[in-house]
Amino acid sequence: MSVVPADVLPGGALAVGETAPEPAGLGPRARLWPSLAAVYRAQLSRARVARIPLLFVATFQSVGIMILMRGVVDGGGEAQAVVAGSSVLVVAFVALNLLAQYFGQLRASGGLDHYATLPVPPAAVVLGAAGAYASFTVPGTVVTAVFGCVLFGLPLAHLWVLAAVIPLAGAALAGLGAALGLLAPRPETATLLGQLGMSAALLLGVLPAERMPEAVRLARDLLPSTYGVEAFARTFGPHPDWARVLGDLAVCGGVGVISLAVATWAYRRAAVR
Amino acid sequence: MCAVRGLTKTYPAARGRRGVPATPEIRATDDVRLDIRRGEIFGLLGPNGAGKSTLVRQLTGLMRPDRGSVEILGHDVVRHPERASRILAYLGQESTALDELTVSLAAETTGRLRGLDVRRARAERDAVLEELGLTPIAGRPLKKLSGGQRRLACFAAALVGERPLLVLDEPTTGMDPVARRAVWSAVDRRRAERGTTVLLVTHNVIEAETVLDRVAVLDRGRVIACDTPTGLKEQVAGEVRVELVWREAAPLHVPEVAALRDRVVESGRRWTLRLAPEEARTVVATVTGGAAFAALDDFTLATPSLEDVYLALGGAARQGLVKA
Ligand SMILES: Nc1ncnc2c1ncn2[C@@H]1O[C@H](COP(=O)(O)OP(=O)(O)OP(=O)(O)O)[C@@H](O)[C@H]1O
Ligand SMILES: [Mg+2]
Repeated sequence: MSVVPADVLPGGALAVGETAPEPAGLGPRARLWPSLAAVYRAQLSRARVARIPLLFVATFQSVGIMILMRGVVDGGGEAQAVVAGSSVLVVAFVALNLLAQYFGQLRASGGLDHYATLPVPPAAVVLGAAGAYASFTVPGTVVTAVFGCVLFGLPLAHLWVLAAVIPLAGAALAGLGAALGLLAPRPETATLLGQLGMSAALLLGVLPAERMPEAVRLARDLLPSTYGVEAFARTFGPHPDWARVLGDLAVCGGVGVISLAVATWAYRRAAVR
Repeated sequence: MCAVRGLTKTYPAARGRRGVPATPEIRATDDVRLDIRRGEIFGLLGPNGAGKSTLVRQLTGLMRPDRGSVEILGHDVVRHPERASRILAYLGQESTALDELTVSLAAETTGRLRGLDVRRARAERDAVLEELGLTPIAGRPLKKLSGGQRRLACFAAALVGERPLLVLDEPTTGMDPVARRAVWSAVDRRRAERGTTVLLVTHNVIEAETVLDRVAVLDRGRVIACDTPTGLKEQVAGEVRVELVWREAAPLHVPEVAALRDRVVESGRRWTLRLAPEEARTVVATVTGGAAFAALDDFTLATPSLEDVYLALGGAARQGLVKA
């Protein structure tokens, strides 16, 4: 069916045993921001189609935990911690757990080849996916936070801080999730690690820290989502200490940068085998 | 435009674990040498597990070879694997990265990641979807399409954002004749207009004969022949393939039939023989007359195909094949 003989082609056919030609002009490289935007858009559309039921699950889980905890905590600081922890748990469910699963499966099924054979910066793939998963958590997190405030009688005035908490905690957790998914030797392991990470966020983030043994508190300090939870919890007080809120958010952002950098490195490693 | 020298890749042995048997190491690419010329449709033909995908994954920078060199348009792809993505478009055997996107978004996103701006990416997306007849299903997610439609959508994504080399790993699996024709005419158009080169992986012999300019036959990681389809067939020219289908079993009580037995490839009721023309005539005369005829269901005589070449070269020690 190939009707065009090779030697009538534009540019002239090269003789057999052609001598090494000058290196030809390479196609363009995709720049970071446009390709990040393209990946983000594609991932968000995927998430919309396939993940909405899971977002409901995440939200119901957090709402359920708050209802359970109502009988346990005695208002005040503990209630603030429970509401903040449950809200950030939605982020952990999607950004850490689901993203770890996604990258684990993509890697195992050879889906990374698609991105690896496009001239796209690794950071664009990782950040685009992480960003999409983090934005996808917004409605669930907001619903959980509002419900929690009403349930425990906390003020709604400073909920705007979620606009900083979600992206920063989202970056930290999504980076962690992506790295786990890309580094896990098998997709089952990636799923398991994602689940474990989420359980950790649940236990360490939602349960009041004061009641925990020392070792667990140390683990809590190591979990990136903790600082998002703390920053959020502080804003419920009558006179929030904004400097410490900012400090916690800064730690969260710093961990986010590190974990996304690790995820990008993991992507590079996974893409070329 | 693409020169491969001494390319070798061995998958390491895997130790057995509980429930997972150990696998020995596999030399999937074994000292491969290839030269692909500009504007050529070059094929890699071989059975399952011959090492076709492993070979193209090394040419696309996805896998680092143990040894050897790959040069595409003057670029050393082994040393600079990231350059491959700016020279070639790759259609792999898997589509998982695109599965949950719509056909249209898959094509557009791929174009943008190939460095096109939004406007160009959309224009090229529309043109390619139209060219391949995908416009009516542009809004549907790939996962919800049939296997052939999905494959065609992935092919569309590979075409958005022009590249001088297309590397296609079994692009037409699962496609109906209409879709296949759309693929081959899209390939031919790019070749005629822009001199696009195509490296095609296939194990479809008929496709190989009709679309390829040259073909390398791969077997257990080695290139065992490389020529035009016609040139390869000349290696078994002077032979005729005779196929005999018996009603129930071969009439081995007929001495002429019994004498053929050690030269046939048997599969059930079907006997395949490769013979010189005069010999073939004698065999046909024998089985269509006399005692053997009652047991005969059907017979065909055909000139050799690439499949015969493959079998002849495969070294599978089948008798009565190539004399050379
Ligand atoms: N990741 C891997 N690890 C170990 N062995 C592998 C791996 N991938 C492929 N192989 C082995 O390498 C050999 C070549 O595989 P390859 O996938 O290249 O074959 P192929 O010619 O593309 O086959 P097909 O026509 O089925 O696509 C096979 O024996 C296969 O079992
Ligand atoms: Mg293959």
